[in-house]
Amino acid sequence: MSDHIATKKTYIVVWASLMCLTAATAGSSYLELGRFNIILALVIATCKAMLVALIFMGVKYISQKMTWVVIVAGLFWLFILLALSMTDYISRSWA
Amino acid sequence: MSDSSPALATHNRDLQHHFTTMEQQKDASVMGMWVFLVTEIMFFGGMFAGYMIYRYQYYDAWVEGSQHMDFWWGTINTAVLLCSSLTMALGVRASQLGRRRLTAMFLLITILFGLGFLGIKGIEYHGHWVDQQFPGTNFHFLGPNPRQVELFFSFYWAMTGFHALHVLIGICLVAYIAYHSWRGAYGPDYHNPVENVGLYWHFVDIVWIYLYPLLYLISHKHVSG
Repeated sequence: MSDHIATKKTYIVVWASLMCLTAATAGSSYLELGRFNIILALVIATCKAMLVALIFMGVKYISQKMTWVVIVAGLFWLFILLALSMTDYISRSWA
Repeated sequence: MSDSSPALATHNRDLQHHFTTMEQQKDASVMGMWVFLVTEIMFFGGMFAGYMIYRYQYYDAWVEGSQHMDFWWGTINTAVLLCSSLTMALGVRASQLGRRRLTAMFLLITILFGLGFLGIKGIEYHGHWVDQQFPGTNFHFLGPNPRQVELFFSFYWAMTGFHALHVLIGICLVAYIAYHSWRGAYGPDYHNPVENVGLYWHFVDIVWIYLYPLLYLISHKHVSG
């Protein structure tokens, strides 16, 4: 079988981590950190998304190379959309 | 394909004829689901890009707007959705182990969490409607940048609305596989539908993981200006 079956404990540990990270991001929003509020919030969100994707969605255990290509291509597309749009808008005021 | 083919002697009833092995069928199913999820990344990605650009351009309005989000409902809903992802993961695990009743039970709990999420979202939506924060038809905002705050609320309704629609579709899909799981349609060798609905559910969870800080958190303590 190609199936990787994670243990129940793994899932519960991941869920507990996700709850702790949620508490951390909610708490950090009460601190006055200026622009670091958004950076911290997005870093924590990305950690949570990685936990969900790698363990809950089993991306970590995918053996099929082509599926990896699909996922990476999707994320790369998203990177192009966000990064190139912002370089445009940020640099407009430089003229 | 001829019925007298020797391969059919050991043919798994769940193996479709265009696949050679169960493993190949499973890999194809997972990859196909990911191709679909990439289109979903594109769908939500466009809204996230729009949010980001206008946040950059109308920063003050974005701060004003996010101060009208309900911090506690947003946080509770995040927790509800994370719990639903846990029960979904345990449901998929149960189906991998061939425990159909346990699978159905975990899926039912997932549905309850999903309905709870929609209920809380409904309470929030009702509040925004009563406070005249619905762009276009029911919008009234006292403050320096009403038009730009209206734009913030457009993004709020569109992003959370499409997300809630995905949760609703997810609930229907989970109900479908819960029923078939109970009836014994899946086993340790074949549970691709359970796995794929799980992937969909977790993806929708990830979208919320980003919506929560972007809409509810990052400006709720800031003073605009």
